[in-house]
Amino acid sequence: MPLTMKKLAEIFTNKETGLTQGHRMCPGCGAPITVKLALMTAKALGYEPVIGFATGCMEVSSTIYPFTSWSVPYIHNAFENVAATISGVETAYRALKKSGKISADKKYAFFAFGGDGGTYDIGLQSLSGAVERGHKFIYILYDNEGYMNTGNQRSGSTPPGADTTTAPVGKKIPGKVQLKKNIVEIIAGHEYVYAATVAFGEPMDFMSKIEKALSFDGPSFIAALSPCVRYWRVPEDQTVDITKLAIQTKYWPLYEVDRGVYKVTRKPSTFKPVSEFIKTQERFRLLLQRPDAQEIIDEIQHYVDRRWERLLALEEATKDKPIR
Amino acid sequence: MTKVHKEAITGAQAAAYAMKQIEPDVVAAYPITPQTPIVEYFAKYVADGVVKTEMVPVESEHSAMSAVVGAAAAGARAMTATSANGLALMHEIVYITASMRLPVVMPVVNRALSGPINIHCDHSDTMAERDSGWIQLFCEDAQEVYDLTLMAVRLAEHEQVRLPVMVNQDGFIISHGVEPVELLPDEVAKKFVGELKPLYPLLDTEHPVTYGPLDLYDYYFEHKRQQIEAMKNVFKVFPSIAEEFYNITGRRYNFVEPYKMEDAQYVMVALGSTNGTIKYVVDQLREEGKKVGLLKIWMFRPFPKAEIQRLLTGRKAVVVLDRSASFGAEAPLYEAIKSSLYEVASKPLLGSFVYGLGGRDINPELVRFAFEKAMKHELVVDQELYLGLRE
Repeated sequence: MPLTMKKLAEIFTNKETGLTQGHRMCPGCGAPITVKLALMTAKALGYEPVIGFATGCMEVSSTIYPFTSWSVPYIHNAFENVAATISGVETAYRALKKSGKISADKKYAFFAFGGDGGTYDIGLQSLSGAVERGHKFIYILYDNEGYMNTGNQRSGSTPPGADTTTAPVGKKIPGKVQLKKNIVEIIAGHEYVYAATVAFGEPMDFMSKIEKALSFDGPSFIAALSPCVRYWRVPEDQTVDITKLAIQTKYWPLYEVDRGVYKVTRKPSTFKPVSEFIKTQERFRLLLQRPDAQEIIDEIQHYVDRRWERLLALEEATKDKPIR
Repeated sequence: MTKVHKEAITGAQAAAYAMKQIEPDVVAAYPITPQTPIVEYFAKYVADGVVKTEMVPVESEHSAMSAVVGAAAAGARAMTATSANGLALMHEIVYITASMRLPVVMPVVNRALSGPINIHCDHSDTMAERDSGWIQLFCEDAQEVYDLTLMAVRLAEHEQVRLPVMVNQDGFIISHGVEPVELLPDEVAKKFVGELKPLYPLLDTEHPVTYGPLDLYDYYFEHKRQQIEAMKNVFKVFPSIAEEFYNITGRRYNFVEPYKMEDAQYVMVALGSTNGTIKYVVDQLREEGKKVGLLKIWMFRPFPKAEIQRLLTGRKAVVVLDRSASFGAEAPLYEAIKSSLYEVASKPLLGSFVYGLGGRDINPELVRFAFEKAMKHELVVDQELYLGLRE
C-alpha cells in the first residue's frame, strides 16, 4: 500500500516531521516543502533520518544559534562538502554497527541536502566522489536555479534569459547565455545509482521516488524543482502551481534513471508552451522586454522539446537493460 | 617495564603501525607525497583484515577531512593523514574540525607548500594551520612519531580538551628514513589508548543534536573563547598522559626537551628532525668545552611559553632555527620565542636562522656555524640569516 498525502497527514498530526516550526525561510519557499516531504516519507516508512546540509538559505535559516529547527540529527559542515560529510557519517554507522557499538536494529536514512550552487557547481566533486564510492545515502538537490543565499547570482543551473546579479540582462548581453547543466545525466553517469527528478506539485510521484531511493542499496540522487519566491518573483501562494506548470511545459520533466534504465514517470497528454512558464516569473521580465525575447524563448522551447523526445527514446532503448 | 619489540621501520610505517594499534573506526584519506606510504600501509592492514577500520578512499583531501568530520560527529574514532598541498586543500575544514571540537588525530608529513611545486621537507604546510585550533606536535624521529601518535589520541579525546591533533613528521627525512623503533604489544597500546567516549553523537537519534549551526555575533565570540580555554587545558592534561606513557615505555615526553641545558649559555631552538643533527653538534661542542645546549620543541600549539621562559631566561644567546619563512615578518618559531622572552628577567641575545626550505640539506657544519655566530656574539636581533643558501 503506497503512501498517500492523507496517510502522511494522519501520521504527522501528532508527530514531528523533523523540521519544526520557527525556521526563518521565506513564506512560500520551496526548500522546506521539499525537505519535509522527504523526511515525512522516510519517517512514515520507519526510517530514522540523519541529515547533512550544505551551506545555503535553508541551512542559515533553520539553525540560528542558540535555536535549531531540527528535531532529527543534523550536521552542516561547509558549502561544497555535504556529500563527503554524509559519507563519513554513513561510514561511521557501518563501522560502529560492525563492531557492535551501536544497535543493528535501527533503520537509518542518511540524507544530504544541497541547493543548486552546492550541487551543480562547488559541491559537484564531493558529490561525484561519494556516489562513485557507493555510500548508501540520498542526496536531495533543492533547485531554485541560482545563488539565493548571497542574493540572486547565477549558478550552473540558472536558465538562459533569467536575470541574475552576476549575469544580468544588459543592453549588450541577454543575461546568462548557457543552458542549465544536466545534473541528472551527470549523476546517472556514475551508473550504480538511482537518479530522479521530482517536484512537490506532484507529491505522489515525489514520495514514491523517495521510497525507491530508501530501499535502493546504494547512492540515490533526487533533483527537486524548488522555486524561490524572492528571486523568481512569484506570489507566495503560487510555488506549488509553478512546479506543476514546469512539468506541463516540459521545463521540468519527471523521470528516473535506475542503474541506467530510464523511465518517464509523468507523461502529460497535452503540453503548454514554455513561454507560459517563463511569463509567470518576474526574473524573466527584462528578457521579455528585449527585442530578441522571442528568439531566446524559441531556443528554450526547442531545447525542452528535444530533451523530451530524447527522454522517451532513452526510455525505449534502455527498457530492461540495467547497467549493473 | 613492558616487553617491547624493536623493528627497523620508516616514520611512515611508525605512524601506520600506531594507527593499526589505535584501530580507528573510520580512516578517510587521499594519497599525497610524502604522506602516501602511511595510507598504503594502513590500507594493507584493512585489506588483510588486521584491523576492523572502515576505509574511505576519498576523491580529495578536502573530502578526506569532510568525511572525517562526519564520522567523528557521528560518534566514531576517525583519522586521516596528509602533507603540504593536501593540508592546504583541507584548510577550510581543518578549522571546522577544531570548532566542532572533534577529537581527530592526523599524521602530517611536512613538505614545502607550492609554489613552485616541491615535494621535499619544510614546515610551511603546517605553519599555515598554526592558528586553526589544532594541537600541533613535532617529532624528531620515527620513535617519536609512534609514541606521539598514541599519546595524541588520548590528548584529543580528553574531556577537558576535545580538540584535534596534528602529529608532524619531516617529509622523507623521517617518513622514508629507516630507524629502529621500539613498538608496544598491541594489547598494551590498545589499553593505553582506550575506548572513545563519544560526546553528542549524531547517530543517537533519541537525542538529536545540530552540528555546525549559523553562529552570529551574539554567541560566536563565546564559542571561540571556549576553544581558547580548551587549548589551555592541554598544559594541564598532557603531562599526566606523558607520565602514564613513561610508566609503560620508559620514554619521557614533555612540551619541550632540554638537551644539555643545565649550564648552557648558548641555546639552539628547533622543531622536528633537525634536532638530531643539533644534538650531534652540541655533543661535539661540549667535547670542545663549549657551553651549548638544545631546546627541542615537541609541542608548538599550544605554545608552552612558561616552560620556555623558565628554560631560556639568563642564557647568553638563543639561536632559533625555522624550517619555514613568514614573508615580510619574522619566521614563526623565532617570533614565538622572541615574544616569550619579552617578559623574562634576563633576556638573551637572539638570532634567527631560516634553513632547509624545500628539502635543502642541513648538516652539522651549518648548525656549528650558527652556534659559532652566537658564541662570537655576532647575532643581531631580527636580522634573519639563512643556512645553506647560495646568496
